[in-house]
Amino acid sequence: MNRPNPITRKLAFSFAMLVFVGIALMFVASEYTAYQVTTALAYGIAILGLNILTGYNGQFSIGHSAFFAAGAYVSAILITFAGWHPYATLPIAAAVTFSMGFLFGFPALRLEGLYLALATFALAVATPQILKVDALEHWTGGVQGLFFDKPDPIFAGLSVDHSLYLVTWLVFVVLMVGAWMLLHSRSGRAIMAIRDNPIAASTMGINLALYKTTTFGISAMLAGVGGAFFALANSFVSPDTFNFFIAVYLLVGSVVGGIVSIPGALLGGLFYVFGQEYAEEFSNLSEMIPPPWVTFGVLLILMMYFAPFGIWGAIERGWARLKR
Amino acid sequence: MSIKRFLLATGIAALTFNPALADTTGITDTSIKIGNTNPYSGPASAYSAIGKTITAYMKMLNRQGGINGRTIEFISLDDGYSPPRTVQQARKLVEQEKVAFLFQTLGTPTNSAIHKYMNQKKTPHLFVATGASKWGQPKKFPWTMGFQPTYDVEGEIYAKFVLENVKDPKIAILFQNDDYGKDYRDGFLRGLGDKKDLVISMLPYEVTDPTVDSQILAMKDSGANVFFNITIPKFAAQAIRKSCEIGWKPLHLLNNVSSSVGSVLKPAGLDCSKEIITAQYQRDPTDPQWKDTAGYKEWSAFMDAELPGADRSDINYAYGYNASKLLHHTLQNCKDMTRKGIMGCAANIQGLQLPMVLPGITVNTSATDFYPIQAEQLSKFDGQKWVLFGNIIDASK
Repeated sequence: MNRPNPITRKLAFSFAMLVFVGIALMFVASEYTAYQVTTALAYGIAILGLNILTGYNGQFSIGHSAFFAAGAYVSAILITFAGWHPYATLPIAAAVTFSMGFLFGFPALRLEGLYLALATFALAVATPQILKVDALEHWTGGVQGLFFDKPDPIFAGLSVDHSLYLVTWLVFVVLMVGAWMLLHSRSGRAIMAIRDNPIAASTMGINLALYKTTTFGISAMLAGVGGAFFALANSFVSPDTFNFFIAVYLLVGSVVGGIVSIPGALLGGLFYVFGQEYAEEFSNLSEMIPPPWVTFGVLLILMMYFAPFGIWGAIERGWARLKR
Repeated sequence: MSIKRFLLATGIAALTFNPALADTTGITDTSIKIGNTNPYSGPASAYSAIGKTITAYMKMLNRQGGINGRTIEFISLDDGYSPPRTVQQARKLVEQEKVAFLFQTLGTPTNSAIHKYMNQKKTPHLFVATGASKWGQPKKFPWTMGFQPTYDVEGEIYAKFVLENVKDPKIAILFQNDDYGKDYRDGFLRGLGDKKDLVISMLPYEVTDPTVDSQILAMKDSGANVFFNITIPKFAAQAIRKSCEIGWKPLHLLNNVSSSVGSVLKPAGLDCSKEIITAQYQRDPTDPQWKDTAGYKEWSAFMDAELPGADRSDINYAYGYNASKLLHHTLQNCKDMTRKGIMGCAANIQGLQLPMVLPGITVNTSATDFYPIQAEQLSKFDGQKWVLFGNIIDASK
């Protein structure tokens, strides 16, 4: 029996197109736009982690800002104190946050739904405080945080921002492919079975504890990698960067992009950065228009009304209707 | 020469042309683009009066024909006193809006976040609205310049005052946990010299905290009779109010950055604010002795015309005016209108008296002195207004 290869030709084409679009965009984007998109991609990577955890595995987290922060700080500390090459810090950031997520997954096993959400909430709220602790100040830079230089261009002639943008984009595509393969594998079906009916899943012989903690670990790892890219893009980390709001925005980005989807993560990240930006500009147009947060809020409500499955969900439905 | 070759040659010439030699980004013969960040929202929003004043001043200048025929495009963005947002907004201003320079970006933690960036971009970061001592390092950071007297010197002034005037002082210090708070604190401790053990309670607060009530309670319990209050307006008002409520009446030293009657003492309660001491370098609008001076009249006329209805007892309106005047002076007398040239002009000001700065305290800068204002005088609040006392203390001498 020959199992079908999960990577179909159509899918390979989609991902190749994504790489192509990323490179093409680089030629038209200004340095500032490249920086903005890099930030959006960093959030997007974290949102991808959240999608796997919440959308596919059914575990809730409003504490992903903690893993995002951990990834950012691991990267920043290695660059500042050990003089590592910025990109070399990424695997370490991934490893550290995977372990963190995996370990956090154990107590999380006993918590379901809202209780897990609360536990992760505590993690998110505590993170900025922990980063400010005097005992760690030598390493974390305390309240003022750490400043470092951006990675040098990967090849000459490229600006610093464009180079980082390109690397982030490529890593994002690789991670998307990885997520797709994971979710379409035997493990992926197990992950989703746990979401749909944990009791049935365990009857089928799925090791709930192992799958749930590993999924939590993978999700945290993606948040950590996103955080590390975020740190590189800003060349600066400080505790209050990673407040609880980041966790909420990640969740918002995830839902808006499409929580049970992979491409939704990209859309969610872009929405996170550009939604706020345009809301701000829109509000500045006239005194009559309410402040940016009101605009942003109205936009969100409209989104949930007209596209309850997120932007990607709307695209899929629209496409299905067209094909009919 | 063939066209192809000519194009190649010009291409190479364009590539090798070094923009640092004459960087005129944001400057044309008819306009100049200036960027700013200000906390229009968030915990330090009391300072937004400064951003509003500068914006109003630039509008007024443009109506009068700008500076040397250049209209000013002043772009002031909200950063909510949050360093990561300052980074984003500064990048937006420098890279997307392509401003000539940043002016009066407000806050110590916020400016710290863009300090390195501005110097890497070789973009002037002028007269920043903070008094941390790190803004005056022309060798290490040639593109950043301060504005007001430094916090550490002010801290030292308070320490000397305490040693000379308080019998058996027991000191409590409340400070914001960042470079702003630590600058004040360290200056104060330096001023105490070998008597540092007079400090019996030293508590920090975070700018993200909701209140400082618990710190005030702990300080009262410590039995301190001197209170050095290193807080931004929101927390300063809370601290004054709380200590008044619980009946703690120490000698209260309030840092200058929260000395605004309108935005700090009034909300805290004027009665509660009696006897508070601060150090000033500006003419406080509540002090009647300035009413007939030319400087006050000039400011007052500006306020009537541009910001009617604003609370005049808020010294931040005077601060914004002084800063605007300094920039106006710098650009008006600047021949070399490039980024580098403007930096040079800012570092070449002698004896400039700003309208709402105390008479006798002048702006002086040089290639090695990036601290424009360096003198202060102590002042006590009498329940209605600030009353200056003692002599002007000049840190540059």
